[in-house]
Amino acid sequence: MRLDRGGDLVESDLVNVVLLSIFVSTTATLLASAIGIPLGSIMGLRSFRGKEILRTVTYTLYGFPPVVAGLLVYMMVSSGGPLGSLGILFTPAAMILAQMVLVFPIVTGLTMSAVSEVAGDVKDTAMTLGADDWQTAITVMSEARIGIVSAIMVGFGRAIAEVGAVMIVGGNIKWHTRVLTTSIVLETRRGNFEYAMALGVVLLAVAMMVFYVLKRYQDGGVRA
Amino acid sequence: MSGPVLEAAGICKSFGVKEVLKDLDLSMDRGELVALVGPSGSGKTTLLRILNGLTKPDIGQVSVMGEVLRFCNGSDLSVRRRMSYLSQKPVALRSTVWDNVAYPLRLRGFTDVDRRVSGALEHVSLMDMRDRPACTLSGGELQRMAFARATVYEPEILLLDEFTAHLDPYNITVLERAVKDYLEERGAVVMVTHNLFQAKRISSSAAFLFDGRIVEKGATASFFEYPEDERTLAFVNGEMVF
Repeated sequence: MRLDRGGDLVESDLVNVVLLSIFVSTTATLLASAIGIPLGSIMGLRSFRGKEILRTVTYTLYGFPPVVAGLLVYMMVSSGGPLGSLGILFTPAAMILAQMVLVFPIVTGLTMSAVSEVAGDVKDTAMTLGADDWQTAITVMSEARIGIVSAIMVGFGRAIAEVGAVMIVGGNIKWHTRVLTTSIVLETRRGNFEYAMALGVVLLAVAMMVFYVLKRYQDGGVRA
Repeated sequence: MSGPVLEAAGICKSFGVKEVLKDLDLSMDRGELVALVGPSGSGKTTLLRILNGLTKPDIGQVSVMGEVLRFCNGSDLSVRRRMSYLSQKPVALRSTVWDNVAYPLRLRGFTDVDRRVSGALEHVSLMDMRDRPACTLSGGELQRMAFARATVYEPEILLLDEFTAHLDPYNITVLERAVKDYLEERGAVVMVTHNLFQAKRISSSAAFLFDGRIVEKGATASFFEYPEDERTLAFVNGEMVF
């Protein structure tokens, strides 16, 4: 069965595009979360000099324009940039890096908010029951897990829907760096509006699948 | 062990320009249940938080069984683990009643968790609610669960901050009985309360905290019947002292 309407995208292309979209956005979200969740937790738990400035910067970066993020990563990984020796320009690795730049402040900021909300009471409770610093932090993060999972969901939403940055650093190369959003742009330019819309539905279906898994975990937290 | 089980010496604490505690001294022996009474804002909760290591005093020191409590230092963990603190509004962790009570045991790596949790829940008549999410408990049930959680690891000192405020007579009775049972087996209790009847009912001694200092401390009967300080007399007679 051919899925295209005059373009050259066929079923196998679509599978490749969907899988690459999931791979790039999931990896970017996981990597950003691996740094953002601990950092956001520290910012939510601790008081330190410059915390308010850091918080303001983090919130400001929620609105970081994707094309600017893409340009920034492009300059870093292009041959003359500081990461040029890695040779990752126009590869999925560069796309992951670009999406990480966009997802990281969201996961960090929302984790900080989630942890701050429960930190005071839960921290005191854990400490009075004999928790050491590490056990206290784990307990607070566990109590904030609904908010932290929400942070991951919002971060993934930002990543999977992103187009400007991955277009710049990935180049939308067929079989190599083409993802759902860049395919939609391409098909729209070609005038294949219905097919572009169908890709949009596939994009939403992919997002829904990931959100469903995360929501299951989140609901488990609510019930427990 | 001879000597006081809990001792606070020369405690001063200010929040901004407000001096909450002023050179406060408090000492208590094993088996003692001190009812700490006084008007709102007199520093009772601040004192309990300092005794438990949650708040650092500006000046002064706290000793537990002769060991000085060091603030903002991981090494005070062993001292903190000999105490427990129960507030007026306990926090239910997002898990079942059983897991909440098991929590302090798991922190310490106890192996006989089942036996201890069962005993603690039966003591406060909550065994039939063991599998319920803690967040679904009523106020009285939650406080009973929090008491079980605070005593399941058998701390030597129990700090209670208005632990029966706003509870009905049944829950108050269960909790007061549990405190008495605890005291028979363990060390000492400091109980902050606004309920003078409760102080008379279960404490062995009472202390009046006013204007950042312990104005008077004595055996419960003499404290309420023959107070030495005129401010204590006014307070126990229900006059407006603030």
